Amino acid sequence: MSIRIETEQCTGCGSCVDVCPFGIIEIVDDIAQIEEGCNLCGACRDACTFEAIIIEMPTETAPADKSYRGVWVFAEQQDGQLKGVAYELVSKGRELADSLGTELSAVCFGHNVNDVSRLVAHGADKVYIIDDLLLANQQEDIYAAEFVRLIRERKPEIVLAGATSFGRAFFPRVAAVLQTGLTADCTGLEIDTETKLLRQTRPTFGGNIMATILCQTRRPQMSTVRPRVFKRSTPDDTRQGEIVKVDFDKERVSARTRLLNFVKDLTEKVKLEDADIIVSGGRGLGKPENFDIIRELADVLGAAVGSSRPPVDEGWIPYAHQVGQTGKTVCPRLYIACGISGAVQHLAGMQTADAIVAINDDPDAPIFEVATYGLVGDLFKIVPLLTERLKGGQ
Amino acid sequence: MNIIVCLKQVPGTTDVKIDPETNTLRREGTKNVVNPFDTYALEEGVRLRERYGGRVTALSMGPPQAEEMLREAISCGADEAILISDRAFAGSDTLATSYTLSCAVNKLKDYDLIICGRQTIDGDTGQVGPELSEMLGLPFVAYVSKINEVADDKMVLERMVEDGHEVIEVPLPAVVTVVKEINIPRLPSLRGLTLAKKVEIPVWTASDMEVDENKVGLAGSATWVAKVFFPQRVQQGEMLEGEPENQVDTLIEKLRDLKIT
Ligand SMILES: Cc1cc2nc3c(=O)[nH]c(=O)nc-3n(C[C@H](O)[C@H](O)[C@H](O)COP(=O)(O)OP(=O)(O)OC[C@H]3O[C@@H](n4cnc5c(N)ncnc54)[C@H](O)[C@@H]3O)c2cc1C
Ligand SMILES: Nc1ncnc2c1ncn2[C@@H]1O[C@H](COP(=O)(O)O)[C@@H](O)[C@H]1O
Repeated sequence: MSIRIETEQCTGCGSCVDVCPFGIIEIVDDIAQIEEGCNLCGACRDACTFEAIIIEMPTETAPADKSYRGVWVFAEQQDGQLKGVAYELVSKGRELADSLGTELSAVCFGHNVNDVSRLVAHGADKVYIIDDLLLANQQEDIYAAEFVRLIRERKPEIVLAGATSFGRAFFPRVAAVLQTGLTADCTGLEIDTETKLLRQTRPTFGGNIMATILCQTRRPQMSTVRPRVFKRSTPDDTRQGEIVKVDFDKERVSARTRLLNFVKDLTEKVKLEDADIIVSGGRGLGKPENFDIIRELADVLGAAVGSSRPPVDEGWIPYAHQVGQTGKTVCPRLYIACGISGAVQHLAGMQTADAIVAINDDPDAPIFEVATYGLVGDLFKIVPLLTERLKGGQ
Repeated sequence: MNIIVCLKQVPGTTDVKIDPETNTLRREGTKNVVNPFDTYALEEGVRLRERYGGRVTALSMGPPQAEEMLREAISCGADEAILISDRAFAGSDTLATSYTLSCAVNKLKDYDLIICGRQTIDGDTGQVGPELSEMLGLPFVAYVSKINEVADDKMVLERMVEDGHEVIEVPLPAVVTVVKEINIPRLPSLRGLTLAKKVEIPVWTASDMEVDENKVGLAGSATWVAKVFFPQRVQQGEMLEGEPENQVDTLIEKLRDLKIT
């Protein structure tokens, strides 16, 4: 594909300059010029009234291999428990499979993994399981090799995985071996009604821009999705599905990396990703001791404690508590942000919460743009008062 | 220990402003910089060289102006830098980028470790590191927060996962991506600045690396951006007015309505 300007047609009017989301078009000597960094989004072509911008589509690239059928999701587990994201992906995968009129399969690697039949209740038609002690803790080398083998054998057209720290490390390797496309951190997935391609929408530029990405000719089409981005469907226990045990040949694979030890950093009782309510503190807390007032409020609410990035950078609280683009995505029923300005990178991790309460002394803080309830004021007054009322109130 | 560090030049900030009238990015005043996460990759490479000897090579694929960034890398401790630049590489997605980088690495030959940043701030994918490892057939570890020791062609390191960190042993050569917790990058040194001024930075083109033309640039990319748009923030919230006491009272009522308290 390529883009070019028909110099004959171009009048240098500049309407393309105004619409280019990346600001890379310039008018030089009354002719538009496109600089480095164009990703062919077509905004300029659509805005040009002189048909001076031509985007050439590939002529006759090999069409996608039609023998690839069905939707797969990778059902990640840890210590024999399926992760929440596995159910979220199965729920979304069901929708995609329905719009394609095809089957949905979940793929699970591990040892004695509990509740795999729940994946059927949430929408899977099949669950492929490889069960072996060697797979108990996530051996990336083996997982990647086995996943590639399964995909080559059974040819699914769409494969999804969670953008967990594990998924983000192992899934790109699968895509690289298969020489296919992978779209990271999707927040929207849908089937194009006309072309039947997977439309993968994701934030880029730190959440300032959304891009819809297609993988047109290679198969499978692959995406990762952050936990808590898609909602889990209501399970239907009467649903029927097939559990398929897949053979595992130990001789065939080996892991080059060796796990020597695991150290848990998260000290809290409530896991951030699973929490119904989260109370988060930001730089506005001023110093580490002040996280105590966040913890006290969290305690009365039975909530988990979150943080923006600066307190983590300052060492006030471990990284495991960080919410945002480079931390965790959360989707609680209630998110209370105290002394957090609401930078896009923070919003990226929490803006889908059902309700957001923002407490900040700056009325212009961007957090108020996403807040369901905004309280302008001093958090050192408001938060302890709130804790006290909640304690005494009932 | 010979180390290759992969760096990308990116727009200077992700807090890009959006022009409300035209709904486009305002780029004024944002100069290009080293992808912030790659500065930690470079620093770790330089620290390893200081501990174990060897050479640090900074590698970047990008337009000609990325040379400026590579000079910065030299001023911060890299011994040499190579720019991979060719019009044929324009429009690369992560698959094509990692393939092209792998060709450069194969041309460099003599190396023990490749370090990438955890992700770029423009592309935001974090895929190039793991894809590169697979193209080179090397072991891979993501989110490395500490390199404990290197001995006997093996390395022991720590990597961050959701609720803690893992200690891992990996044979060399290997590819790793690092997080910002790993170190605090140094400022340019005087010696580095002098070197950066006069050093020759080779530019490798498609033909220099004998790449397969079908695997680079747009032709080699599997994904295609069909549409770009700005996220809409729809929610219009309610501000709770009054003295803190009143605000808190109203909030508690609201939370009750939401059946939270
Ligand atoms: C590549 C990249 C990735 C990033 N990833 C993340 C991420 O994952 N998560 C994240 O959070 N950030 C991330 N950031 C950082 C982000 O851009 C912001 O810098 C950060 O979120 C700001 O944190 P803050 O709101 O706590 O601090 P500030 O922006 O400093 O805001 C503090 C707020 O507290 C208010 N305040 C101060 N005192 C009081 C008081 N007494 N009472 C009430 N309010 C008070 C102030 O008015 C201010 O609004 C990332 C940045 C980059 C470049
Ligand atoms: N064009 C490039 N040149 C060199 N290194 C790159 C390039 N693109 C990505 N990288 C490396 O890969 C990492 C992840 O990038 P990304 O997959 O784009 O988020 C970056 O932190 C860099 O270390």
